[in-house]
Amino acid sequence: MSEMTCTDLVAIIRECAGDSDTADLDGDILDVSFEELGYDSLAMLETAGQTQRRYGITLDDDVVVEAKTPREFLDLVNGKLVAAA
Amino acid sequence: MNKPIVTGIGVLAPTGLGTEQYWAATRNGAKGIGPVSRFETEQYPVVLAGEIDGFEAREHLASRLLPQTDHMTRLALVAADWALADAGAKAEELPEFSAGVVTASASGGFEFGHRELEALWSKGSEHVSAYQSFAWFYAVNTGQISIRHGLRGAGGVVVTEQAGGLDAFAMARRRLRDGAGLMLTGGVDSALCPWGWVAQIACGRLSTSADPERAYLPFDSAANGFVPGEGGAILVVEDPESAAARGVARDYGTFAGYSATFDPPPDSGRPSALRRAIENALDDAGCQPSDVDVVFADGAGVPELDLAEAEAISAVFGANGVPVTAPKTATGRLYSGGAALDLATALLALRDGLIPPTPNVSELAPGIDIDLVTGQPRRADLRTAVVLARGYGGYNSAVVLRAPDKP
Repeated sequence: MSEMTCTDLVAIIRECAGDSDTADLDGDILDVSFEELGYDSLAMLETAGQTQRRYGITLDDDVVVEAKTPREFLDLVNGKLVAAA
Repeated sequence: MNKPIVTGIGVLAPTGLGTEQYWAATRNGAKGIGPVSRFETEQYPVVLAGEIDGFEAREHLASRLLPQTDHMTRLALVAADWALADAGAKAEELPEFSAGVVTASASGGFEFGHRELEALWSKGSEHVSAYQSFAWFYAVNTGQISIRHGLRGAGGVVVTEQAGGLDAFAMARRRLRDGAGLMLTGGVDSALCPWGWVAQIACGRLSTSADPERAYLPFDSAANGFVPGEGGAILVVEDPESAAARGVARDYGTFAGYSATFDPPPDSGRPSALRRAIENALDDAGCQPSDVDVVFADGAGVPELDLAEAEAISAVFGANGVPVTAPKTATGRLYSGGAALDLATALLALRDGLIPPTPNVSELAPGIDIDLVTGQPRRADLRTAVVLARGYGGYNSAVVLRAPDKP
């Protein structure tokens, strides 16, 4: 499976947790924290669950909540995808 | 402290969205019961419900809230918005810890839970939403309303089936006595999905009639159970001094008295404790039975329960001694939303001096000696109203409301 992009992540977040009340997710949000975007830990668990199903990888809940920004989340996912390839 | 006043009302009911739309429909005896449209009922013995039509959650709520809320929570959030707006209360202007939320809940978020259970058994646990952890929960409406408006005062939830709307109102009164300035209270329920349906059918009191005009007929000789519905009301109740301090100039009425009792076991041979609830509530209000101008009945729709209620009303007020109404025959029974909506209806009746009718009921059963308002609304000078509610399992509650003092 190809690398997960920020656009892919935004699509999943919108589906799982709704659009951000505070920022335009189509803008440059790579280094804006999920907290600032308005997503709490449950929103991130929901997003991680959908990511796992779509990409066929396993992400520990503990590791997921450590990813504070989209960039960190994508690094985590793409690291798993490289390891699985 | 002084007795609390109601300063805001938010209603979502099968007969209307918003207080004035609902009230216009109710005083004209409009009807909101029909065949269930939300899911296929072919394999079930119960086919009618009071459904809310025309509610589009995304017109009222941000998309962030949709994946994490059951239908009944969306209704409750909108009812709370409308109640606060009606009260002219801006949450951000209220002292953070002196405003709170107490709602009633009879079942929690069944539709959300149904969908997640289906995902669990058809696809596996990894497909269950993380939001299921709270979206089904009895306390979820209180929590979501509190978060939405930043109301960090005392909160709570009451689970007493269809008596819940009155019991939550009373718990809100207790929080005001403890020092809160403003409370949001009431109840909104909905369980119109297959899982919710079988749970409701199991109580044995639902009507199996397919005729919307003959299915829910409390006190009628053709009573044959009740029709369930969805919706309810959220009210803003305040300490009068605290309301005056924020500039409130008008209110719907005073919460004058309350009592709750619990029935003896069904096989004890002892009578229902509903009469005692009414008498105690009148005592609490400092009222005589002769002061009461109208009674909003629980209206179970089950012959023996109707008779017990009529006997309790006649024992306190005398046979045919006070006008009685049950406008809920237009909406079905709304669980925790039912008595909350009756409180709103009673306050509107006091405001306009008009008792709304009991649609569909025409011929009282033998032994029912009450002056039930049927057919047309009745004009009357209304100062004091009593609202009754009973919950499955033995809950009885009574509230006394008094019209605002005339300026």
